[in-house]
Amino acid sequence: MSPIFYLLAALTLAGGLATVLLKHLVHAALAVTIAFAGLALLFLQLDAQFAGFAQILVYIGAVAILIVFAILLTHGADLPKEGVFSKTWLVGLIIAAGVFAVLGWAVLASVSAVPQQNTMPAVTVHDIGNALVGRYVLPLEIVALLLTAATIGAVIVAMHEKERPR
Amino acid sequence: MTAVTPLAGYLLVAALLFAIGLAGALVRRNAIMVLIGIELMLNAANLNLIAFWRFGPHPEALTGMMFAIFSIAVAAAEAAVGLGLVIAIYRHTNAAELDKIDRMKG
Repeated sequence: MSPIFYLLAALTLAGGLATVLLKHLVHAALAVTIAFAGLALLFLQLDAQFAGFAQILVYIGAVAILIVFAILLTHGADLPKEGVFSKTWLVGLIIAAGVFAVLGWAVLASVSAVPQQNTMPAVTVHDIGNALVGRYVLPLEIVALLLTAATIGAVIVAMHEKERPR
Repeated sequence: MTAVTPLAGYLLVAALLFAIGLAGALVRRNAIMVLIGIELMLNAANLNLIAFWRFGPHPEALTGMMFAIFSIAVAAAEAAVGLGLVIAIYRHTNAAELDKIDRMKG
C-alpha cells in the first residue's frame, strides 16, 4: 500500500464525515465535493483514467452544482430550529455501524479466489470507446433513453404546479 | 495478522464510505442531505467495482469499468430527478425536513 493511497483515502473519508456532521447545508455540499474529488483521485490511482475524469465531470461538475441549486431553492441555507439531526439518530448510527462491521468482517475474513493482478492493465480510451459501441451498445442505448426520460421527468416534476380548487 | 492487500484496502475504504453515506441518509432531517448520503453510497459501490476491475484476472474485458461508468450515468439521472422531487415537495408543503412531511393527502 503506497502512502498516496492512505492520503487519498483519508481525504475521501474526511470529506464524507464532514458532509454528515456539518450543520450548514452549504458547507455539507462543499464537503461532499471534496469526497467526490478524493474518489476521482482514487480512481486515477487505480489506473482507471476514464472513470476518474468521468467522475470529475459528472459529480463535481454537475451533481454538486445541482445540490447547491436545490439547497438555495428550498431555503436550506437557514438552520432549522429543531436541529439538523433526526430524533432517531442513535438508531441510524447503530444501523450504519452494524453495516460497516459486517462489510469489514467480510472483506478481512474472505480469501480472494483469484490471484491478485498487480500489473497495470493496458486499457486506453480507444478500447473503452470500442467496447461502448461494440459489446456494450445495448446498455449504452438504454442509458441514453434513461437520461432523456430523467431530463423530461425532472422538468415535469419541478414545473410550477397549476392552481387547482381544493 | 498479515498485511492488508491493496484490493482489501480499497474495499475497506469503500465499506467505510458506504457506512458514512448510510449514516448521513438515516441521521439527517433534511431531504437533500438524504440524497447526498445516497450519492456517497453509490460512489462507494463504484469504488468497489473499479477496484475489482483493477485487481481482477481480466482487466482487458472492461466489465467492472463499464459497470462503474453506467452507474455514474444512472446516478446523475437519479440526482436530477431526486432533487426535482425535493423542490416540488418543498413548493407544496413549504418544508424540506422529512419529519414534517407526514401526510399522504395532497
